[in-house]
Amino acid sequence: MKATDQPPRWATRFLQWYCRPRLLEDLEGDLFEYFERNVKNKGLRRARIVYVIDVIKFLRPYTIRKIEFFNLFIHWIMIGSYLKTSRRSLVRNKLFSLINIIGLAVSMSVGLLVIAVITDLNSYDDFHQEGDRIYRVITTFRNADQPPMELASTSVKAGQKIRETVAGAEQVTTFRNGFSGDARVGNSTFPLEAIWADNAFLKVFTFPLVKGNAATALEEPYSLVLSEKTARKMFGEADPIGKPVMFDTTSYVVRGVVKDLPKLSHIRFEMLVSFATIEAQQAEKTNFYDWDNVWSNYVYVLMPAHPALAPVQSELAKISKQESAAYKDKSVSISLKPMNGAVLGGKLSNNVGPAISPVVTWVLSGLAFVIILSACFNYTNLSVARSLRRSREVGIRKIIGARKSHVLGQFMAESVIIAMLALLFSFGLFLFLKKEFLALDPNISDLVSLDLSFKTILYFIALACFVGLAAGFLPALFFSRINALLVMKDVSNLTLFRRVGMRKALIVIQYTLSLFFIAATLVGYNQYKGLLRFDLGFETENIVNIRMQGNKPDIMAKQFAEIPAVKEVSRSLMITSLGSYHGSTLKYGLDSNNVWLNLIDEHYMPLHDHKLLAGTNFKLKPEKGKESEVIVNEQVLKRFNIAKRNPENALGKVVTVDGQALTIIGVIRDFHYGTLEAKIEPVIFRYSANEPSGYLNVKIASGDLPGTMEMLETAWRKVDKVHPIQAKFYNDQIESAYSQFSVMVKIIGFIAFLAICIASLGLFGMVVFTTETKLKEISIRKVLGASEGGLVYFLCEGFLILLIVSALIAIPATYFFFDKIVLENFPYHQPINMLELLAGVVVVMLLAFLMIGSQTVKAARNNPAKVLKSE
Amino acid sequence: MKGTNLGEFEELVLLTIASLASEAYSVAICDELEKYTGRTAKLGVVHSVLNRLEEKGLAKSRLGEASSTRGGKRKRFYEVSHAGKVALTKSKEVRENIWRNIPGFNLEGSI
Repeated sequence: MKATDQPPRWATRFLQWYCRPRLLEDLEGDLFEYFERNVKNKGLRRARIVYVIDVIKFLRPYTIRKIEFFNLFIHWIMIGSYLKTSRRSLVRNKLFSLINIIGLAVSMSVGLLVIAVITDLNSYDDFHQEGDRIYRVITTFRNADQPPMELASTSVKAGQKIRETVAGAEQVTTFRNGFSGDARVGNSTFPLEAIWADNAFLKVFTFPLVKGNAATALEEPYSLVLSEKTARKMFGEADPIGKPVMFDTTSYVVRGVVKDLPKLSHIRFEMLVSFATIEAQQAEKTNFYDWDNVWSNYVYVLMPAHPALAPVQSELAKISKQESAAYKDKSVSISLKPMNGAVLGGKLSNNVGPAISPVVTWVLSGLAFVIILSACFNYTNLSVARSLRRSREVGIRKIIGARKSHVLGQFMAESVIIAMLALLFSFGLFLFLKKEFLALDPNISDLVSLDLSFKTILYFIALACFVGLAAGFLPALFFSRINALLVMKDVSNLTLFRRVGMRKALIVIQYTLSLFFIAATLVGYNQYKGLLRFDLGFETENIVNIRMQGNKPDIMAKQFAEIPAVKEVSRSLMITSLGSYHGSTLKYGLDSNNVWLNLIDEHYMPLHDHKLLAGTNFKLKPEKGKESEVIVNEQVLKRFNIAKRNPENALGKVVTVDGQALTIIGVIRDFHYGTLEAKIEPVIFRYSANEPSGYLNVKIASGDLPGTMEMLETAWRKVDKVHPIQAKFYNDQIESAYSQFSVMVKIIGFIAFLAICIASLGLFGMVVFTTETKLKEISIRKVLGASEGGLVYFLCEGFLILLIVSALIAIPATYFFFDKIVLENFPYHQPINMLELLAGVVVVMLLAFLMIGSQTVKAARNNPAKVLKSE
Repeated sequence: MKGTNLGEFEELVLLTIASLASEAYSVAICDELEKYTGRTAKLGVVHSVLNRLEEKGLAKSRLGEASSTRGGKRKRFYEVSHAGKVALTKSKEVRENIWRNIPGFNLEGSI
């Protein structure tokens, strides 16, 4: 019979594993006899299938071997012995233990960080008692030919409709953001941000009141509920209930004090204003209750436990369809989504609080996993390499009666112990990393606190156990298979060198990963620098943007103009190129489309050095309501095909913006209104009326910047004593607009650093080991006349080839990854520089050479007489 | 020991063991059973019955000599133990007693 005519080996193994020893032999024989018979009658394929089925069919109570309690018991007794031997081997091999512990500790600290982050993200909103019954209303907004937009916000009407028609909804609450103003109590003023919330708000969410009646606190118009902190700030220790608070000329009454919010709440507020207030104020505004007014209201619904959602969703779809019928070219539809995971639902727009994409957590876990895996490789590699030394120990154990499982247990226990030691170190590293991570970006410290809880500590220990088992599995398996007799007779019989392939592969993987991360960091850093250096189409140097915060810009501008270092002051509604947008509808002939908008004054364009292709800047300040001029960019001409795209001829053409006819008086060169992730789109400049919202742009002389900033602040103080000045350098603002990139580069850079450290540690261990074991060979070669250079080459060769292989894999992979996958998403990216890819390789190679070189030179310089004397 | 009752299939298997004399091992028993009864005897079922018979003390088993067939695995041969013989004889007597008491006409029409 040919070797291939055998029954499937795994099935036989399975049988051997579960079957009682007493029954095994004849069962195997029977199955084999039947198999042979079936091969003849039904063919090999069928016979094999029948064999497998029969093996599974034999899995009956009477065939399954009983767990050997005695053995289990022995395992427990032996743990003491395992601990002892593990400690001995740790102490005896100080270098290897140190390499292993440091490697695992460093990699695990990243794992701990990721665990802490993910636990924090997952415990958002856990404090709500009815948390799993709260659902939020999500809006899908489709506008003509644009892609649909998913919003976390919805219309006030949606809340009303759900309250009226959805049978299962126990409570429906609507709240709205955007209340901001200066609260006046007595003679003091407090700038505050708040949300409008209706009476059901305190019923749906668990925000307990420390004072006041939760059932009625938000019922009346002009009622306030303060957080404890705000209450203390405004009233000190006095009881605030019933006290009046003035906003502008309107008086509000405090009706409740809510306990300070837990940090991990996606809804955040310092103060609640009763929703009835805004209803009273907005009553005359016609669009407040419109179905398509979906931008700043939030509706949350408390459903019964385990609700049948499908009928509710279809009900909502029906309502959406009815309501959307009123609009010609847009549709607004709503649906319910569980509140849990609101923070990880990053792809929605208009989120209530902080939100990130779940992709981020996946990427973070992926990076941590890669790093931990790399450290596990080190452990595996070094342990297997050391097997020569330990195989005798295993051999003796086996001869005095240790089973395979005992040896396996011993080595697994050892690796878990090492992982636990590493956990102690890595916890220290974690505390340091945590601080650095939180300081990386204000958004991060806003999102997570990384406070340790009992749960996180448990996860940490679980991680250490897992790492220990993962790292120790292969060596343990390897040792458990050692044949005791062969080892005791002659160590060289050990199948050590069969493992070399695996070890080489692991080293190549480690180095490929390290090189990839390094190249990724360099490419990413260059892209980030490129974004900052990018020519936006206008000047941002030495410009300070100051938020008006409700002050009259004219008065403020006069104050600033008196400062000698200030060259020029202009006004604008918003700051371009930072990723915020103001939209408007432009109509030319029959064609209408969305354009981006900024309101500016006549100083804005010269100050920012916008290039006029044709026409002139704004000259005259229009009287209120008599605005008649507009400046457009090239894209507007292109999009609407005005004057066949010729800037000169476009002058004097009339366009309609938000219902107002405006004459084009100038055409400017295209510039980046949004961030560089977006393409250049049509933009218009209108003349700003004297609105208190918006910014002053102050161009200052370079020189004593801190001094100038101080003077700006003094000037601000003269006009506004309440609000601290909010002044930022334009370039700094651009930098923070791209902060997520710098955060990413820093994180990947750090990972690259760790990866290379761990890989280097591993390589170092391997080099030390190889040179040690080859010491005698080297000495003999030396005695026979080999040169030192030749010896170094002899020792390095293997490692060099591995490094070259990893470089050959890593460089094209990085190039492909960035060129075809990442940078595709950025229309204005820098080309990838070959230097970026190679620089990392050179550095890593140098490092590796240094390590290999120092060890091999040491070995090659050894006095052969000393080494060979003992033989 | 769970009851020493002899089930119907157990009885068949035990009888087959007896009839095969020294050649009674699982595969042969299966084949023989198929021949006698005309129904397919699954190896798994037969095996578990053999195991049960042995547990009840109605059959004894021993491993045969190793040979090159069957992947080199030895066969387990079964023989009827004394208790088995007693059980078989007893069950035969019971049946014969009942047969003897059936009035002649009672079964004739139904076949």
